[in-house]
Amino acid sequence: MKEFFSKYIALRKHNAQVAIKKAKRSKMCYAFLAPFAILFFAFYIMPVVTSIYFSFTYYNILESPRFIALANYVNLILQDDVFLIGVKNTMMIAVITGPLGYIMSFLFAWLINELPRWIRSVAVIVFYAPSIAGTCFMIFSIFFRGDAYGIVNNFLMEVGIIDKPIMFFITPKYMLWICMLVILWMSLGTGFLSFVAGLQGVDRSQFEAGYMDGIKNRWQELWYITLPNMKPMLMFGAVMSITSAFSVCDVTMALCGYPSTDYAARTIVTHLFDYGYTRFDMGYACAIATILFLMMILCNKAIQSLLRRVGT
Amino acid sequence: MSKKIKQEKIEKEYHQKLIKRRKPNRSIAGDILLYIFLLFVAFVMALPIIYAVSNALKPLDELFRFPPRLLAQNPTTDNFSDLFVTMGKSWVSFSRYLFNTVFITFVGTAGHLIISSMGAFVLAKYEFPGASAFFKLVTVAMMFIGYVTAIPNYLILNKLGWIDTYWAIIVPALASPMGLFLMKQFMEGLPTSLIEAAKIDGANEWRVFSGIVMPNVKPAWMTLIIFSVQRLWNDKAATFIYSEEKKTLVYAMQQIQGGGIARTGQGAAVMVVLMVVPIAIFVFSESQILETMASSGLKD
Repeated sequence: MKEFFSKYIALRKHNAQVAIKKAKRSKMCYAFLAPFAILFFAFYIMPVVTSIYFSFTYYNILESPRFIALANYVNLILQDDVFLIGVKNTMMIAVITGPLGYIMSFLFAWLINELPRWIRSVAVIVFYAPSIAGTCFMIFSIFFRGDAYGIVNNFLMEVGIIDKPIMFFITPKYMLWICMLVILWMSLGTGFLSFVAGLQGVDRSQFEAGYMDGIKNRWQELWYITLPNMKPMLMFGAVMSITSAFSVCDVTMALCGYPSTDYAARTIVTHLFDYGYTRFDMGYACAIATILFLMMILCNKAIQSLLRRVGT
Repeated sequence: MSKKIKQEKIEKEYHQKLIKRRKPNRSIAGDILLYIFLLFVAFVMALPIIYAVSNALKPLDELFRFPPRLLAQNPTTDNFSDLFVTMGKSWVSFSRYLFNTVFITFVGTAGHLIISSMGAFVLAKYEFPGASAFFKLVTVAMMFIGYVTAIPNYLILNKLGWIDTYWAIIVPALASPMGLFLMKQFMEGLPTSLIEAAKIDGANEWRVFSGIVMPNVKPAWMTLIIFSVQRLWNDKAATFIYSEEKKTLVYAMQQIQGGGIARTGQGAAVMVVLMVVPIAIFVFSESQILETMASSGLKD
């Protein structure tokens, strides 16, 4: 056993020496990477690390942080009912709009792939525009306005389904569903572009080989040829849609108000907002951020292992 | 001469054939059904944007008309001219807001392009200890969302004394992981022989980077520029900047939008103004962006 360890350590030492030697020879590489790396660590890695550290403390910005171990997490999970509503809403939104938006992105990218070039570029603009249109989603607040001037209310009253206008953004029953609709409308984002571009790059000869081997219809072609070729883009799209599905808060806060009626449109990020920027309880807010981040990483891992099985 | 014409004719026929050739395993009924479906979805997707534009063109009486109409009956540009009148009367002049946004967007985007291309270049074309670990970290960091990092970022920027300066917006945006990721993936497609040839001719690394690599990845430039402009243009900067004369255009516009019933028309105009810029940039650079996105795949 001892011998094994000494051998192991010697090997490690040797590897480290080789690495150092290599590093010395590639000083230039580090010099090129340095500006990005320094800023990246300062503004992306450091914040996450400090945020994890603060999550174990009580910190209100004025006093220096006081270590309180797991108290924030215990409070969050056992006592904070509003947080649990937030988790429930976020999960609902993520489970429904995440996969649906992802499938929509791929499906539309795939359907427009065979259109002539100029129609395709118009279609890409039409589908992609909502996700980059800034505050354009606010138009839905006029669409679904709570009085009879709103288009939806007016239409429903004219048809005779309802006899008085529905306050869509104040009634908890409808709030979340309308938010989901808006989020779906905006969900054809970066992942969609990646799919469109990736589909253009699939090797044509593989399709021809497919015809020879007797692929009968477009769905078989999709499953056996297109999807396996698109795996890297599917991974990228998955990362993008998980990120956007878990970070929902702009839409719910802008449409349903902050705070919303009965907290019916509260998401995890809204809760973080509440504690971080309104109550200045940074330790608690950081605990929320950490939980959100863990959820996202786990979800990402799960989806990656799922995607590995595509087309086999 | 006639030979050339003949050749062109042959080429033309060949091209026509390529376009008209149908894939053998497609049913016509299926094609038609799918395209009708696609047309319908495209209409639904475009409807809110069309409605937003038509709302901005409605005169005030039509905005509050009962029963409401989808499209403007007598379109005017009154809302836009009103908007500019209001902007002209604001406490800080309109041109200052515009300057702030343009300055932040321009400096942030230029810096982001240079810094992340330098990093991407060595990650894509050289092997050195720590390279793959660093890149893995970058791909994980693509999942960080602004709200999660905002609080510690504020503390860090405060330590640096950058709160209430433009740098508070610009510097964190320089190292956005998405830019490095896309650039690196695109640069991996460049032939290594190109770089080796330049090295044999005696170019040093900086020459290789600025003279050979950068001119060859222009589509990726555009993509980085678009994503960066979109993010910085829409940055309200309300967390890190509190002096009114350093606030951005988006912030000023949204103040007007929040002005209640009296500003309904102007609010509708703001929505269109804020929407037009990113969409216009995208329309002009679509083909280059798609070229870059083709290499965006994430390998595990």
